[in-house]
Amino acid sequence: MSWILLIEQTLNGLQFGVMLFLMAAGLTLIFGVMGLINLAHGSLYMVGAFAAAAVAAATGSFVLALVASLVAAAFAGVLIEVLVIRRLYDRDHLDQVLATFALILIFSEGTRWAFGSFPLFLDRPEYLAGTVTLPFGIEYSKYRLSLIGIGLLVAAGLFWMIMRTRIGIRIRAGENDREMIGALGVDISLLYTLIFALGAALAGFAGALIGAIQSVQVGMGEPVLILAFVVIVIGGIGSIKGALIGAVLVGLTDTLGRFLLPQIFGLVMTPSAATSVGSSLASMSIYILMAGVLLVRPKGLFGGA
Amino acid sequence: MGLHKFALAASAALFAAGAQAEGLKVGMITTLSGGGAGLGIDVRDGFMLAVEQSGRSDLEVVIEDDQRKPDVAVQLADKMIQSEKVDVLTGIIWSNLAMAVVPASVAQGKFYLSPNAGPSPLAGKGCHENYFNVAWQNDNLHEAAGAYANSADLKNSFILAPNYPAGKDALTGYKRFYEGELAGEIYTKLGQTDYASEIAQIRASGADSVYFFLPGGMGISFLKQYADSGVDLPVVGPAFSFDQGILQAVGAAALGVKNTSQWSKDIDNATNTAFVESFEAKYGRLPSLYASQGFDTANLLISAMGKADVADQDAFRSALQAAEFDSTRGDFAFGPNNHPIQDIYVREVVQEGDVFTNKIVSVGLKNHSDAYAADCKM
Amino acid sequence: MTKETLLNAVLLCLLLAVPLIAWVSDEPFIITLTTRAVIFAIAGIGLNFALGFGGLVSLGHAVFFGIGGYVMGILAYHAQTYTPLMEWPFAVEGTKSMLIVWPVAVVVSGLAALAIGALSLRTTGVYFIMITLAFGQMLYYFTISWSTYGGEDGLSIYVRNTFPGLNTMDPIQFFAICYVLLLIVLIGVHCAARSSFGLMLRAAKQNEERVQAVGQGPYRLYLIAFTISGAITGLAGALFADLNRFVSPTMLSWHTSGEIMVFVILGGVGRVFGPVAGAALFILLEHSLGGLSEYWHIYLGAILLGVVLFARGGLYGLLAGREVAHD
Repeated sequence: MSWILLIEQTLNGLQFGVMLFLMAAGLTLIFGVMGLINLAHGSLYMVGAFAAAAVAAATGSFVLALVASLVAAAFAGVLIEVLVIRRLYDRDHLDQVLATFALILIFSEGTRWAFGSFPLFLDRPEYLAGTVTLPFGIEYSKYRLSLIGIGLLVAAGLFWMIMRTRIGIRIRAGENDREMIGALGVDISLLYTLIFALGAALAGFAGALIGAIQSVQVGMGEPVLILAFVVIVIGGIGSIKGALIGAVLVGLTDTLGRFLLPQIFGLVMTPSAATSVGSSLASMSIYILMAGVLLVRPKGLFGGA
Repeated sequence: MGLHKFALAASAALFAAGAQAEGLKVGMITTLSGGGAGLGIDVRDGFMLAVEQSGRSDLEVVIEDDQRKPDVAVQLADKMIQSEKVDVLTGIIWSNLAMAVVPASVAQGKFYLSPNAGPSPLAGKGCHENYFNVAWQNDNLHEAAGAYANSADLKNSFILAPNYPAGKDALTGYKRFYEGELAGEIYTKLGQTDYASEIAQIRASGADSVYFFLPGGMGISFLKQYADSGVDLPVVGPAFSFDQGILQAVGAAALGVKNTSQWSKDIDNATNTAFVESFEAKYGRLPSLYASQGFDTANLLISAMGKADVADQDAFRSALQAAEFDSTRGDFAFGPNNHPIQDIYVREVVQEGDVFTNKIVSVGLKNHSDAYAADCKM
Repeated sequence: MTKETLLNAVLLCLLLAVPLIAWVSDEPFIITLTTRAVIFAIAGIGLNFALGFGGLVSLGHAVFFGIGGYVMGILAYHAQTYTPLMEWPFAVEGTKSMLIVWPVAVVVSGLAALAIGALSLRTTGVYFIMITLAFGQMLYYFTISWSTYGGEDGLSIYVRNTFPGLNTMDPIQFFAICYVLLLIVLIGVHCAARSSFGLMLRAAKQNEERVQAVGQGPYRLYLIAFTISGAITGLAGALFADLNRFVSPTMLSWHTSGEIMVFVILGGVGRVFGPVAGAALFILLEHSLGGLSEYWHIYLGAILLGVVLFARGGLYGLLAGREVAHD
């Protein structure tokens, strides 16, 4: 095993992590402010990817496709917030889990009804094709490097928004005391709709970015959704900082686990047994990580009291 | 419900049993909703096209959606056998669903014609005289890929597949024929969509080629990421990642890739040409290999109906075994374990206008049977 | 007799009458369908014990359902292949007798629930939901790659397990077995809910401090409830595997967990008979909507959404009115 390969794998883990962050940020904001578990967040990711694929096919422009993903996911977010989610804020988690589980069924089959049963085509733009050479002679995909950059930029933007802007102050106030900000004359239902739309837009954006190098198909949101939940639980629900650190941790554990575990077992086992045992364990690694974190810190790394 | 109605229902059931000998009823259990629906829809459309073209009014088809869930498939099979009273079952796409349904169905005296899945237990020790596979044994396309690798002078392959039984069968099948060295062997997570880690290992391994089995969305993701990684080793795969439904989603990233298949739309025979034309005319899209398998399955059944009555099980079985129908694949025969003996082709992904499709470049394995036939004692 | 008791009686009679009519009119598939509803009802009752009485929202109950299924599958697999289950430290053979399979399934899934519960119950609220989901995913991926017992292909059992004096392959006789088990579980849960343990559990759900003051740590209460809950769901899993003569990792997927939860909610959370009504309704919906359109999941989603938003007590809430407070 060479150091170059290890560095490359670390970059891959980082890239995976920042994309998970885009998903997790919305989830954790929505939970932090509104106290809502949204299982349908993965459906918004799917909506973004499908909108991007449709617009890219019609116009051929990747930038327009990204804009479409933001708009479509935000629109879908506002729609379900006004029609359904709004009624769930005062309910217990059980009702929220079920109602949003029902939304998944509706979104998935609705998308299949509208777009058919076959995967759609979405490709990265030509100017981001191919690889760049990084220091130490590491050859790395230009697109993946851009994803890391975009993800970190969005993260920085979110932190700035929450720490420095008016809406950020309201969000922080909302996390601390929901009744209070209502009493202060903030239009709380508008604030909630806005936050939900923001979370939805981020999820849709992630869907489009990832859709360009994966498969745009019905059900693509569910595996990501579960990972995003693992991320926010590890980070501490409601914490943006926790979501970022949790996302990178999950990204690295998953990528490096898949790469290193079979090799580690290879030291003590026959190659084929090591491949088999190693990959089985790797597919469980992030859940083991999560269980481990929760056993030591039942409210996650950055969870409040 | 009064006693009167009971009597009526009972006599209706008796009457139905008596009338059964007239025609033939087929139960099709296939995946029509959820993620893998594309494959089931193709099999169904191919099958129904053949039924329609035959113009037979004594052939009734009942179609149900298994949602790709084994327990639902079992329940539907019970329904088909117990209340629909079908004579023949068909349609299942996935090996795990076939393993759940087939053994019990044939044990109850029904015929099962597989239009897609061919798990190894059903070809070997668990074979059954009423089970016919019209597609392939699961290992077949991988074996042909291994044979192709030898002929293309590939000496150091990197191979990968998901960590589940069909994935393990795939790599075993490839290694059964491949004679070179292995630069690496990886089992990925089922449903995995990011392959950056695996591609980095391929790059570092010094391999001269890549063989992968990643059906459905997994393959789309892998190919797109591979094309973007700057690794330009030749890639070989089975047809499942390159069928007509998937290719458009992969796009240019798949161009030039070699893949193995028992069917291709450019196989040169009259049946196939007519099939491709009529399928496109009826459904407005090019047929996939799954559609061709559905079409062949129906034609096999229709050929047997012409020779024997399904009520006479032995005669009907021999009629099926004879496989005297015009296959889209040209020559087609059953081996002693009721699995196909057929040519398996090597295809290349090409672009025709703005449609991505396959063209045949060579024959990978001629008159190929499978490795399990010897274990089958019928 | 309260409205709820009346409803319970009607429900049990219907569940018995439908397969009997189907038996007389020779419609064995209806019997199979009802059997399925009865088994799902048992799984739902299991979850309801933790969810309805203890307020523990577990999104990982498919694990216990699956473990029950695999216990049955593995025992039967070794019996039908005549291979020993293990030889060391002592030899254990497989078996096809239901009377052995059930207790083993109950004990193994109960132990699994004890272990998972002991870890998960350190957390509360959303964290609890998510950690149960995580354990579910862990075991799901484990079974997929567990090639000894078929991995994703699952295990096929060619004939059902045996029960002394009965032909279990006959749909109506197998239904009878499941129905009697349902009655036993219902009586058991009914008694448990009325016992001092059950009252304490409900009290803990409403107010933790009060229970602590009486000297009972809620952790212990919850853990016992979670273990019993897992054991009951495990029994349902063993029956379900027997019904299908097949077991596979799908039984452990998080969709299964979601569906078991749906049975509980459709019927009515916290009612002993709620999951029975919910499971029956679910099977009815699945069967009738499935014929309506390829995209029937849309309708299922809409109905589910309607129940959560507008009919919070589920079917029981609609028909029997608000829950009567237990004193």
